[in-house]
Amino acid sequence: MQKFIASVASRLVIAVPYFWLLIFFLIPFIIVFKISLSEVAMSIPPYAPAFDLSAGWQGLKDSFGQFSWDNYIWLVEDPLYYKAYLSSLLIAAVSTVLTLIVGYPIAYGMARAPATIRPTLLMLVILPFWTSFLIRVYAWIGILKPEGLLNQFLMWAHVIDTPLNILNTNTAIFIGIVYSYLPFLILPIYSALEKMDYSLVEAAEDLGCPPILAFWKITFRLSMPGVIAGCFLVFIPAVGEFVIPDLLGGSQTLMIGKTLWSEFFSNRDWPVSSAVAVVLLLLLIVPIVLFQRAEARAQESEK
Amino acid sequence: MNTTWSRFNIASLVLGFAFLYLPIVLLVVYSFNESRLVTVWAGFSTKWYVSLFNNQSFIDAAWVTIRVGLISATVATVLGTLGALAMTRYTRFRGRLLFSAMIYAPLVMPEVITGLSMLLLFVAIGFDRGIWTVTLAHITFSMCFVAVVVQSRLVTFDRSLEEAAMDLGATPVTTFFKVTLPVILPAVVSGWMLAFTLSLDDLVISSFTSGPGATTLPMRIYSQVRLGVTPEINAACTILIAIVAVGVIIASIANKRREVQKARDEQAAARN
Repeated sequence: MQKFIASVASRLVIAVPYFWLLIFFLIPFIIVFKISLSEVAMSIPPYAPAFDLSAGWQGLKDSFGQFSWDNYIWLVEDPLYYKAYLSSLLIAAVSTVLTLIVGYPIAYGMARAPATIRPTLLMLVILPFWTSFLIRVYAWIGILKPEGLLNQFLMWAHVIDTPLNILNTNTAIFIGIVYSYLPFLILPIYSALEKMDYSLVEAAEDLGCPPILAFWKITFRLSMPGVIAGCFLVFIPAVGEFVIPDLLGGSQTLMIGKTLWSEFFSNRDWPVSSAVAVVLLLLLIVPIVLFQRAEARAQESEK
Repeated sequence: MNTTWSRFNIASLVLGFAFLYLPIVLLVVYSFNESRLVTVWAGFSTKWYVSLFNNQSFIDAAWVTIRVGLISATVATVLGTLGALAMTRYTRFRGRLLFSAMIYAPLVMPEVITGLSMLLLFVAIGFDRGIWTVTLAHITFSMCFVAVVVQSRLVTFDRSLEEAAMDLGATPVTTFFKVTLPVILPAVVSGWMLAFTLSLDDLVISSFTSGPGATTLPMRIYSQVRLGVTPEINAACTILIAIVAVGVIIASIANKRREVQKARDEQAAARN
């Protein structure tokens, strides 16, 4: 009897989260794909053919017959969409590099700090991550506005005479992404650097290696797993980012997350927004799989 | 270890933390501004907090957010802990690769995709949108964060403790509650807090999956922000920041106390 309970329990440990994710994570993607093959219609739900199980097998077969790739052809033909995809990938790539440039020295400084203050520094990096994303992006509006705090400060310091126009440009988006995603990059790099054995660098320098070269050849090389994980954590969500381009970017900024949002909420075109989501997912599937494998490998090596 | 704590390191830390904290500090400071213009300082005032507490739509949204947060964080913690156990304890079962993909993918999945796909699921099965659909969506994405946090604690867990308990006749279920859970509890608690704040902060997924009468605080703030920056939003943001900051600080103090207690116990044990 006890053995029976144990085996049921161990099965439930796997089955409960597994089925939850199947139902609420995987199946929704199949539905998105299915609706991307439908057409927009004036009905509730606003697409046709609707997926109706009560119509039986014949009804199901009929609705399969009505599926079309029109939405995908539309995505290819309208330059708006591929421009939005390209500019999202570009903005995300540039922001990832900028985040790395800003974040690496911070992670390095933390890893080389005296061990007693390291936990405090770690908490200071994590704390902004716990405060709302929306709030942190909102905070930058007041700073970057033409009459905002940054321009006031720069004009007070006589650096500039006329206010800089930063809000509603791509520069504002870069600042927003670097700022919001910085902890995601610092944490994995810090944990890679903290484990590192610095006597290797000392040995290299003793043997006459210039510090810069020693840093590049040893420290940076050894922190690569952290750098890779961090870059994925910034790049992938940044491609589909909505809040930052919507609040900080201008009307001419094209990012696919914003396009999907307006197709859905303003145009109420569910099939096209589903097609946009499917293509975005296809673009991101390679980085997502690489990220998942890197994470799984890191977990294995901890054991 | 010889740590070089050079000027360069100090400078990069000071600049880095200034960059991380200055916007938040400015936001908090200007929530106490007398003037309606957010960028012109006109003296200290708490009137925006008063007007915020008289704004019924904000109060309603706050209640919705807290209810969704408490329920979704609790369920996500249970599911995420089970998921972490499944990932670390059962290295071989059918579909493990898919399972691991489903745990890691939501961590990086763009929110617009998760939100849209959840909504289409609820529409397809004819589930009326409202507070429950938001809660289900929040459970799903935050359980993966909990799973990763708990998993990182489980991989360093000394399994001989469990084996000892079972050799002494404890059932696997008793062993889990009496041995495993107490050891991984700090990770489970921080997983819960992470899930709660993720739910508290979420805008995009909530906007997709919510229905009439289920406006969360971030959705309320967002629709106000689109109309312009006002000190009232600064006040709302300051309250949210304060809640999170107090929670994190209490948790870290509790953690520190526990570590000190543990060190003291170990010393006492060594002396005996």
